[in-house]
Amino acid sequence: MPPDIEAIAEQVFVALADPSRRAILAALASGGPATATDLAGRLPITRQAVAKHLALLAEAGLVTGEPGERRRVRYRLRSAPMQVAQQFLAALARDWDGPLDALRDHLSR
Amino acid sequence: MGFPDRIERVVEIAHPPARVWAALTTAEGLGTWFGNQATIDLRPGGSAEMTWTGGHTADMRIERVDEPTVFGFTWHIYGLPDDDPRRTYVEFTLEPVGAGTRLTVIESGFAQLPEDAYREAYDGNTRGWASELGELAGYLDAA
Repeated sequence: MPPDIEAIAEQVFVALADPSRRAILAALASGGPATATDLAGRLPITRQAVAKHLALLAEAGLVTGEPGERRRVRYRLRSAPMQVAQQFLAALARDWDGPLDALRDHLSR
Repeated sequence: MGFPDRIERVVEIAHPPARVWAALTTAEGLGTWFGNQATIDLRPGGSAEMTWTGGHTADMRIERVDEPTVFGFTWHIYGLPDDDPRRTYVEFTLEPVGAGTRLTVIESGFAQLPEDAYREAYDGNTRGWASELGELAGYLDAA
């Protein structure tokens, strides 16, 4: 099955649209892998809400669960889908209209 | 909407291809309408550089020189970190139309990913993936 870049980018954008999920990603980036309980202790978010956000982040491929101590799942960041989304944005951001107008002006001088 | 792997623009310019070619392929031209300053070694494999007064720089590698019809180069993908090796290909095509020129610019290759990144991005086998935390942090700051 061919990879669907656009679907991956869309999931990343949905994931990043929520401030609590951005806070969770930032906490994993600065503090390394953590369980839902760890994250709830560090962030002003309930454990239930953290678990819900982690499930969505895992579905978007931005975090991956691994077995931790006392059978608790530890979550770790994955930046691959973020890179896919960045390339999607890069294609949209490249703007040729400005330079081509400038070229026309330059030649008309 | 599909993934924008390429961007295509066509403009009609009221000047003959030879003048458009000079604007595209000389340091004087590129350093005037595109960058604020430019250098260019106009041959396949040669390098070119544009700089802007704001401090931004674009490094290009010349790929095609078919005067005065096709000029192509690759450069860094806009928006990715400076050390990312991936590049897009930009090709200008000049067609005479009456006394003027139809100029087409196509930039392609936005969808490229190295094989290992594809594998990591798309299947569940994610062990051993080295997270680029600095890049992620930068992205989150900008979001």
